[in-house]
Amino acid sequence: MIRVTLPPHLRKLAHVDGEVQLDIEGEVTQRSALDALEARYPMLRGTIRDHATHRRRAFVRFFACGQDLSHELPDAPLPDAVATGAESFMVVGAMAGG
Amino acid sequence: MSGVRVLVGTRKGAFILTSDGKREKWDISAPQFAGWEIYHLKGSLVDPNRIYASQSSSWFGQIIQRSDDGGKTWHQPGTPPGEPTTAPDGTPKGESNKFVYDTSSETGKPLTTHQWYDGTPHPWEFKRVWHLEPSLTDPDTVYAGVEDAALFRSSDGGQTWQELAALRGHGSGSRWQPGAGGMCLHTILLDSSNQGRMFIAISSAGAFRTDDGGKTWRPINRGLRSEQIPDPTAEVGHCVHRIAMHRSRPNILFMQKHWDVMRSDDAGDSWQEISGNLPTDFGFVIDVHAHEPNTIYVVPIKSDSEHFPPDGKLRVYRSRSGGNEWEALTQGLPQSDCYVNVLRDAMAVDSLDKCGVYFGTTGGQVYASADAGDSWAPIVRDLPAVVSVEVQTLL
Repeated sequence: MIRVTLPPHLRKLAHVDGEVQLDIEGEVTQRSALDALEARYPMLRGTIRDHATHRRRAFVRFFACGQDLSHELPDAPLPDAVATGAESFMVVGAMAGG
Repeated sequence: MSGVRVLVGTRKGAFILTSDGKREKWDISAPQFAGWEIYHLKGSLVDPNRIYASQSSSWFGQIIQRSDDGGKTWHQPGTPPGEPTTAPDGTPKGESNKFVYDTSSETGKPLTTHQWYDGTPHPWEFKRVWHLEPSLTDPDTVYAGVEDAALFRSSDGGQTWQELAALRGHGSGSRWQPGAGGMCLHTILLDSSNQGRMFIAISSAGAFRTDDGGKTWRPINRGLRSEQIPDPTAEVGHCVHRIAMHRSRPNILFMQKHWDVMRSDDAGDSWQEISGNLPTDFGFVIDVHAHEPNTIYVVPIKSDSEHFPPDGKLRVYRSRSGGNEWEALTQGLPQSDCYVNVLRDAMAVDSLDKCGVYFGTTGGQVYASADAGDSWAPIVRDLPAVVSVEVQTLL
């Protein structure tokens, strides 16, 4: 089980209040985590990754364990602490004013 | 009992303003989709309880929202509230925010680039839905005008969207160029007397018409003159800001262009300028009186570099003669120190007697006139910047 923290706008779209907990089979990567997230909450499709390219949207970032993982390869393993559920994988809206 | 429902899209959410037919006392809803840009909301004429909304943000992209109860509750189509978000076989129940350009060789004529501001090729990238236009006959059918400019249609209540690719592929698409607000398809006019006919407008490509339900398109920009492009009378490249039509006379179109107010009496085949005695012919909105098809409204804006009313006076101009002769409507509108803008989708009329006219400003005011423009009063003064205003007349 992994834990995912969503920004407030996406929590509202997904109708969730707190962290999301997801079971993932196999290796825990950005791709497998986001695939599982979108399978559970299809209304989030297109809000984190582009529908067509599946690339991270420009103003979305991924943090975990005090690190910025936004530019890691989608299939690179996430830190063990994320894979075990000790730490949350954080989807963050970039600070961009407004 | 009659009433009106005003649907207001703003930079930070949507608001629904309701009143009875007197249009004197108003209820203002709490913000809907708070914090998101709501470029447009529009209700179905067939089923006024059906309203579509375009919700977007630079962070999280495009969302389509739908209400089936007149705006009391909303949901993303395909995901009804309280129901599982996936079908029994595990597949998602539609992806209502998925707008993918058609690049198939059969229908899409793979069109990969348009022109960037400097004339260089630039890839087509979906950014947001600017305008939603429900079908005049079917509440589940709705058209979406998007940035980068393209036209999409949903026939399942907004659950899935397909591009009407012949518009981009008709031949001039690679020469289209964005305006300051982006390359947006912002106007969709449906002809109630001719189901195959539709008009659309793009900044800054111009106006286009189909007579066969979107299978083929052609530019309808003859008579437009734009000094901002290399050939001022080119077939495409004109920054059309808005087109309006009275349903009883679908061959007569009124246009607010970047500069110039224009009129066509032949469904866009040719245009004549009707700016007449306007203090400036730059502006964004234009609309037609609900019962007097020759009465039109514009809000002149000083210039393309100074997007506020001339002399700090917010004035709606009305022509009762279909153009050229204009009168300033000022009663109840600020006549000093007013420096707001009125964006292209931010004016609408109701169909009560007398015709109500409404517009919203970038300063967050929504003004209403219950006497066809003779006098005005703010419904609300302090919303976020208003992007769009639509009105539903409830009988």
